[in-house]
Amino acid sequence: MPARPEPIADRYSAWRLLKEGLGGNKGWKPAWRKPEPKPHYDVIIVGGGGHGLATAHYLASVHGITNVAVIEKGPIGLGNGGRNTTIVRSNYGLPSNTRFYEWSLKLWEGLEQDLNYNVMMSQRGVVNLFHTDAQRDVAVRRGNSMRLQGVDAELLDRDGVARIAPFLALDNPLFPVYGGLLQARGGTARHDAVIWGFARAADRRGVDIIEHCEVTGIRREGGRVTGVETTRGFIGAGKVGVAVAGNTTRLADMAGLRLPVETHLLQAFVTEAIKPLIDCVVTFGVGHFYISQSDKGGLVFGGDLDGYNSYSQRGNLPLVEHLMAAGVSMIPAFSRLRVLRQWAGVMDMTMDSSPFICKTPIDGLYFNGGWCYGGFKATPGSGWCFAHTIAKDEPHAFNADLTIERFREGRLIDERGAGPNPWAQ
Amino acid sequence: MHLIPCPCCGPRAEDEFHYRGDATVKRPAPDAGEQAFYDFVYTRANPRGWHVEWWHHYAGCRQWVKVERNTMTHEIRTAVGPAEDIPEVQV
Repeated sequence: MPARPEPIADRYSAWRLLKEGLGGNKGWKPAWRKPEPKPHYDVIIVGGGGHGLATAHYLASVHGITNVAVIEKGPIGLGNGGRNTTIVRSNYGLPSNTRFYEWSLKLWEGLEQDLNYNVMMSQRGVVNLFHTDAQRDVAVRRGNSMRLQGVDAELLDRDGVARIAPFLALDNPLFPVYGGLLQARGGTARHDAVIWGFARAADRRGVDIIEHCEVTGIRREGGRVTGVETTRGFIGAGKVGVAVAGNTTRLADMAGLRLPVETHLLQAFVTEAIKPLIDCVVTFGVGHFYISQSDKGGLVFGGDLDGYNSYSQRGNLPLVEHLMAAGVSMIPAFSRLRVLRQWAGVMDMTMDSSPFICKTPIDGLYFNGGWCYGGFKATPGSGWCFAHTIAKDEPHAFNADLTIERFREGRLIDERGAGPNPWAQ
Repeated sequence: MHLIPCPCCGPRAEDEFHYRGDATVKRPAPDAGEQAFYDFVYTRANPRGWHVEWWHHYAGCRQWVKVERNTMTHEIRTAVGPAEDIPEVQV
């Protein structure tokens, strides 16, 4: 286990709530400061999303490196940290993925105590449905792989699924539900709270969070990073970590590196709020469709990529129609709901659907990206491993396989086996 | 919705097409070496802006179409047949 961080100053507690309530709520401080950039930092993290802020938090709390800046071109948390379906799980089949995502899930389980922030982590269970004998075989194999690696997995038959998800079309003649693979420790967390919690915890340990500061260049001397050019001037740094999934290629271009990455759109949707209906996360086994219910009552769901390169952060209609069709096939009552909001995020899609947290050929420059669909659940694990990689200048065992060189070496982590076609992952 | 100007069929909706990725990627000569093949299979320019790409008109003429499209605005500037080059744009 890593060193547990010190409790942060300015703690939130029931006692504090009572005290501030009686005192007119004048004692609260902003959750993070708005500092001016200093001329030099030990470490600069580019990207103020969940992964960048988590990295800063673990650099400060686990490694004692507090002269750190997180640089963000807009306000923090408006990229994919604010554009996801909030699902947390570690139900992977391949050991390289399982090691990493299971560590991330363990960090999620203690995250609220670590951050002193309510991220509304809810381990309500994630069920992957299957509808054929062949799909059941695949689910059994994945479940066994998970259990062999110490991850919880439970095979449900049709009645087991019916007990926890009676709203499903269990006996649809085209794709009847044969059962499901349940990870009971999976669930959801409140995405914005995760951003705010990491930002506050990092800030209280001395990390500067610099918003509205876009990186325009990465300065190097003799094969070593010396800092970043930004819209607010040059900022020197001993080490630079890049965590800007969706835009990783643009930062790689600044450093003269080429990546096995394409940027694609992924859409998500929320319906109007309804009474409690879905108390777990369910994924469809026929179309690509996953759904849960937020604490406000809206059904939150998403599916496939739009399928073409795009940085636009806005989705397109063919995918909307496809996704609604999948949703209605899975949950017929879904057809009576109205969609309240829709959004799209831009994903780093790698050529094998797995991420990278690694060193680069340039000394002092580290990359964290390629998160494909899986970035949100990875947030604490990604920050923890990235902080370790930056602080020690070598990867931890949890992210040792998550390199960019794996493509050249033929060590792909191809969970889906879809070939080097990012739009098919 | 993208409206793709297929050279054979005229403007058609995007859901008649399959996307098949970066059309500037060319298979290297057999003796080009490991780096060339690594780049061919894996690395992509992934520009934020104009991108030349393959779309397969599977629900129309079944022709492969080379399209120049902007990945930031979704504007489509040109679409030509597979053997043709995208014309240079005078800026």
